[in-house]
Amino acid sequence: MNSRPLDFVPASEFKRRAAEAVADQHLRKSFRGAMDFLIAKRAAQFPDPAALERQRVLAEQIRQYSLARLPDLLEQLERKLTENGVQVHWAENAQQANRIIIDIARRHAAKLMVKGKSMVSEEIELNHAMADAGIEALESDMGEYIVQLDGEKPSHIIMPAIHKTKLEIARLFAAKVPGAAYTESVDELIGIGRAVLREKFMTAGIGLSGVNFAVAETGTLCLVENEGNGRMCTTVPDVHIAITGIEKVVEKLEHVPPLFGLLTRSATGQAITTYFNMISGPRKAGEKDGPREMHLVLVDNGRSQAYADEQLRSTLQCIRCGACMNHCPVYTRIGGHAYGTTYPGPIGEIFSPHLLGLAATHVLPTASSLCGACGEVCPVRIPIPELLIRLRGDAQHAVRPGRVALRGQGAARSRLVDAVWSGWAALYSRPALYRAFGWLATRFRLLTPPMQSGWTVSRTPLKPAKRTLHEEMANR
Amino acid sequence: MEEAGVRHYPGKPLRVYLFGTCLIDLFCPDAGIDAVRLLEREGIEVLFPADQTCCGQPAHSSGFPEQTRAVALAQLRLFPEPWPVIVPSGSCAGMMRHHYPKIFADEPRLLAEAMALAERIFELSEFLVHVAKVSLSDRGASVCVALHTSCAARREMATHLHARALLAQLPGVDVSLHEHESECCGFGGTFSLKHPAISSAMAADKVEALKETGAETFLSADCGCLLNLNHTLEKRGDTFRGQHLASFLWSRTNDEGSRR
Amino acid sequence: MSARDNILQRLRAAPSGTPPLSPDVRAWQALSRGGMASAARAARVDLFCEKMAFWQAEVVRVTRDDWPAQLRTLCAAKGVRSLLYGEDTEQAAALLAAGIGGLQPYDRAIDDWKQDLFENIDASFTSTRGGIAETGTLIIWPDASEPRLMSLVPPIHFALLDAAKLYDTLLDAMIEQGWSGGLPTNALLVSGPSKTADIQVTLAYGAHGPRELIVLLLVDEEQTA
Repeated sequence: MNSRPLDFVPASEFKRRAAEAVADQHLRKSFRGAMDFLIAKRAAQFPDPAALERQRVLAEQIRQYSLARLPDLLEQLERKLTENGVQVHWAENAQQANRIIIDIARRHAAKLMVKGKSMVSEEIELNHAMADAGIEALESDMGEYIVQLDGEKPSHIIMPAIHKTKLEIARLFAAKVPGAAYTESVDELIGIGRAVLREKFMTAGIGLSGVNFAVAETGTLCLVENEGNGRMCTTVPDVHIAITGIEKVVEKLEHVPPLFGLLTRSATGQAITTYFNMISGPRKAGEKDGPREMHLVLVDNGRSQAYADEQLRSTLQCIRCGACMNHCPVYTRIGGHAYGTTYPGPIGEIFSPHLLGLAATHVLPTASSLCGACGEVCPVRIPIPELLIRLRGDAQHAVRPGRVALRGQGAARSRLVDAVWSGWAALYSRPALYRAFGWLATRFRLLTPPMQSGWTVSRTPLKPAKRTLHEEMANR
Repeated sequence: MEEAGVRHYPGKPLRVYLFGTCLIDLFCPDAGIDAVRLLEREGIEVLFPADQTCCGQPAHSSGFPEQTRAVALAQLRLFPEPWPVIVPSGSCAGMMRHHYPKIFADEPRLLAEAMALAERIFELSEFLVHVAKVSLSDRGASVCVALHTSCAARREMATHLHARALLAQLPGVDVSLHEHESECCGFGGTFSLKHPAISSAMAADKVEALKETGAETFLSADCGCLLNLNHTLEKRGDTFRGQHLASFLWSRTNDEGSRR
Repeated sequence: MSARDNILQRLRAAPSGTPPLSPDVRAWQALSRGGMASAARAARVDLFCEKMAFWQAEVVRVTRDDWPAQLRTLCAAKGVRSLLYGEDTEQAAALLAAGIGGLQPYDRAIDDWKQDLFENIDASFTSTRGGIAETGTLIIWPDASEPRLMSLVPPIHFALLDAAKLYDTLLDAMIEQGWSGGLPTNALLVSGPSKTADIQVTLAYGAHGPRELIVLLLVDEEQTA
């Protein structure tokens, strides 16, 4: 049902997809419109820059504090959840995580799993693994449902179907949903999805959800949503499986409100979502509903690599609000699919290299003009531009002494590029040579090549001035 | 953004250094000269160390830290006196003010020097507003301009605020806002070479937004953005052009009247 | 070694650096409030109503005496033929006495009547544990007598909220109600009816949960006017 697994992003393919995307005026207009809408909604939520900055500083501190104590907090979380009757599983990679989930499903002879929104489940390609095991995995978030129905992947981590127009969805439903009449009314389209999915909630043996925050002190999994499908998935089926990256844990319940408030306001410009679930265990004796069995799968899948480096660790502060992509001029131009990875946009560019290795992803950190918009809006103050630069370096160089080699370290190394930069440095660190170069470049300015790599694709060639500023200043 | 209002500004000095930047040196020397004129008119002597080359940003943003360090080191000791160093480029000023200390973070002696230099780095419009406290008198005809306040300049040096403050002193200049003003023009140094399709789309959107204001020209405090946008316009056969803020300010306020 | 041991070992092998200080969330909130201890009750009620209205929830001000009658009127006006309620609750007796038609207790495990619940119940009535003024939010702790699905499956949800249990913020509610001392299996915050904007960022209500949320806000007599 899904498109093929994406675990490698060749530079040429990324560039081809990006070029196709920017040439698609329709796609560009719809992304621009949607991103402008989200940017304006977020801005309206933060009228006081000083208050926003205070909350960002606190949120950053909470995430850094939690990460600093991560192994202890994970053990505390496991202990509390176990006391609460939840079975905790650990997975080092996608394969292990899928295996754990499939084993649970098989134990219950489940044919259908309904899924709440979970980016980690996309990351591990769970739907494929389930299909291979003969179990249907059905997305129930409206956006995810639409995307799955069309055999696609989400193009945005918060708004999965943002690349699709109402009319495209109208045609999709009429073609793919049995018995659905063609309608262009959003209310009716949602009504169709509601009817189909309610039937599935009733019959599914397993419900799967993601986790927004895991609270160690109480053993509580927090889930943020507007639709209620998360509640359906975690309440109606007999078995609830939650899946999360190991970085999502915080120590105290008190740490949640500042993060939660920033998450919803940064993501969709809402002061709060319709539902905030704090799930601490399965159905207790005497309770009349809720799952009889509950599991948590803790997934590493490359996160511990980011964790091992003090600078790269800040990648794990992310609370997945998507504000960096909403504000990214590159994402706005090319949309989420061009990246070819589960996590698109700036956060994807700094996170995917840990999941997939730099050999597979070294083009991604280069797909940024380093304008800084992402870092400016990040609610937990991840220095995204600095991390992009760091990963550009790691992709092109051997590991530096005192650091741990990343997977795919140096994979983009090119002798030619090395030589160009070494030559550049030699020129720009020798003032006399540099002045001679400037003199020559200005004297022979008419010989400047007419084709200058990517520059002249849409620009006239650069041509030096008649005299350098050095000369002008010397002659004053 | 943090820069605005937080930085403690010194009194107006007698002398300053100019760091001209590599792009201005080779492609827009007029902007450098106009920056010097603006400063000199305030009674400030401008010294231009002849050994300066580039702040190192191209290698830095491309992920070549060793080469960055070599070039940054070559600039570090060119400004021995405790005078302000004026940079007529927001992104180069940001590099020297915010990134030099990180580049030398593991070398205590150089770090101290980098931090001392960083303290003295001022983007031109910032210096004119907060340190020289210029009072400009407008000699030009009424004109409508748009202002492109680029990414690093805006976020690291608050250049959008300083440029606006200077233009507000000119009664004949009407500054019109364009759509997505804070958005990048697509230059990004080597980004424009590596990802021409995306970069071109960004540049095209930016020139269209600037043109839509109906402004006669647009201004920027960054030579990189100007090259990107002006060469894009030229390729499109468009006569609309941008100019460096320093050149525009000088042309409006010097005694000979408008030069252009 | 198990996956667990491998992961923990990798994390423990990482440099620890200088651990940041424990975040002071309460000091942050105090600062956000600008020195105000908390909002006055009436202001809190007004803010709650304003925010709830923003979420497209209805707020009906009721008193301790008239809420069952008001609920009966609302049910009639909305054409509710079956109203799900919890049996062992403070409110059950008043509900039964109010003469509301189609009252149905949630008296069996879901497994025995799932389809019936999904298809034949028009509305539900639940109590709440409090509310949050800042965001227009209900605090609901489902339990054996008022199970989780009551506030989710029926298309209309009536919720009774005592204005005396309104807090300024989520953090206030957590602290004053001592949540960290123990949470139920599923604690909930609810801010309006279920919604989605997944089709062309157009808001639509009743995505998977209730299409309507009606808050019966218990206020003192003089505040109902």
